[in-house]
Amino acid sequence: MGKQNKIYLILFALGVFALPFFLQNNYHLMVLNISALNILVVIGLNLLMGFAGQISLGHAAFFGLGAYLSGILTTTYGFPMWPTIFLAMALTAGVALVIGIPTLKLEGHYLVMATLGFNVIVYIMMLQLEPVTGGPSGFSGIPRLELSGFIFDSDRKYYYLLWAVSIGTLLLSLNLIHSRVGRAMAALRQNEIAARCAGIDTEAYKVKIFVLSAAMASLAGSLYAHYITFISPGTFSFFYSLQVVTMVLVGGMGSLWGSVLGALLLTVLPEALHAVKEYNVLVYGLILMGVLVFFPHGLLTGVAAILGKREKGVSGGMEKSKA
Amino acid sequence: MSLWLQIFQFTLSGLTTGSTYALVAIGFSLIHNATGIVNFAQGEFVMLGGMFMITFYSFLRLPMVLAFVLTIFCVAAIGFLLERGPVNRARSKEILILVMITVGASISIKGLSMMIWGKNPMTLPSFSGENPLIFLGAAIMPQSIWIFGITLFVVVALSYFFRGTMTGKAMRAVAASRKTALLSGISVDRMILLSFTLSGALGAAAGVILTPITTTSYDMGVMMGLKGFSAAILGGYGSMPGAVIGGLLLGVLESLGAGLISSEYKDALAFLILLIVLFFKPTGILGKGSFKRV
Repeated sequence: MGKQNKIYLILFALGVFALPFFLQNNYHLMVLNISALNILVVIGLNLLMGFAGQISLGHAAFFGLGAYLSGILTTTYGFPMWPTIFLAMALTAGVALVIGIPTLKLEGHYLVMATLGFNVIVYIMMLQLEPVTGGPSGFSGIPRLELSGFIFDSDRKYYYLLWAVSIGTLLLSLNLIHSRVGRAMAALRQNEIAARCAGIDTEAYKVKIFVLSAAMASLAGSLYAHYITFISPGTFSFFYSLQVVTMVLVGGMGSLWGSVLGALLLTVLPEALHAVKEYNVLVYGLILMGVLVFFPHGLLTGVAAILGKREKGVSGGMEKSKA
Repeated sequence: MSLWLQIFQFTLSGLTTGSTYALVAIGFSLIHNATGIVNFAQGEFVMLGGMFMITFYSFLRLPMVLAFVLTIFCVAAIGFLLERGPVNRARSKEILILVMITVGASISIKGLSMMIWGKNPMTLPSFSGENPLIFLGAAIMPQSIWIFGITLFVVVALSYFFRGTMTGKAMRAVAASRKTALLSGISVDRMILLSFTLSGALGAAAGVILTPITTTSYDMGVMMGLKGFSAAILGGYGSMPGAVIGGLLLGVLESLGAGLISSEYKDALAFLILLIVLFFKPTGILGKGSFKRV
């Protein structure tokens, strides 16, 4: 994955490791923990958007499936926690496969609509299957994670767990995009017909990436459920899908480091600016629209391209801004 | 009430909401044919139609016809601005980027409407009373008659526009082939602008006639847009008669599903239909064979 990326990753991991020593406030830790989960979802979504050239507006549903499957199976049916996380990932991946196979054969905006429709169905089911999901009032009492007797019972302990998972995923994803698979996907993104002529099974790649991306969102959802211990449908509405898409776009499609920054920025910033919260919907809409109109390949990559035109590959991204 | 009468009753109410889905679906098709994109903000036009009508009619106490015309004009202007602003100014003309820009526009409109009109659902009085008429044993609200009438009028007027006027023919030429249209001296740019404006007007009309039955609130646009899209897909994306058939069929299926099976899953049903159609016959009922698969 390149020397530069390795150095960045080590520095980033050190920074993440050291940060809690300077933070005493549990609220700050919680915001960072949520950021770690968002990073997980956003990296997965970026693999889909930046490399398969497809947009999903249903990632809140995959995130929610992970959360509800983990929550319900462990709390109501007493399943063991860790295997259930993987079971939830497998089931979510299966669902994504069923949606992906027919729609990914069509033009991009069919996946957008199909995933959005799927998000609405899942959301309605969370609300209506009250005996199982707890309905609008949510599902509570989800156990906290434990590892051979060590119970994760504080924000600080979860901080290290969630960030370890998140950085681990970043490492694997960076490896993936610099592998044969990654180059095939980059070719697919730039010119599908040419990629196909070069012998790349573009359809299979698109489906695989979509399924992988859904599984990553499910993992984040399971961890979220075990961390917050309470889940309700509101968290998994269409708006969350839109938020993660905006995070990818702000960071830049095809740039995984951009995704990390985009997710951090858009999770921390609204918390920091309490006044903005009231206008959350409007602000997200305007950011999404503005970034797409002026920096179609991402805000951070766009700004980076303007700042240092000679410096290429700032973020290991495949896209070059046209600016 | 016998089962058959019940089914008849549900079909009638399904046709009523289905008519408005048809109007939204036509709006989707217009913009799709001119530009190749899916306009996510289509549902917001419906919401805005209801909201403007409430403002003009219930708050400003304007006469109904004037309020109706003003509403159509205002929402058409918003469609106009959406095209002139973000869609036209976009640096990248990639379809997916443009589609996501309309998603952003849709969310912005929703957020702004929440600030202007608040979060509570609002309603309009029916156009002519609440006394149901009895037709073959089933009850019809007078508002349903208005909805059928106005939808029929719009569909007839549009088909005249597309077959009988020069501008309409130019729009069809753009839909058939953008390049050829440009070479024959048609201003494609203006046709795209017109398609957005017309879609705004259609959405507004749907919103105005539907509000007395279902009420409106700032967040109803996404749902309405999705249903209109499902209707368009069901009928055959980009086809005008397809949009009408798809809209009516979706309305009826939804109403029967809600009445006979379960009303809680009414909204989920529409998307289930969407997924099934995408799965088995993505060209829809009236779709042409030349469906673009990438």
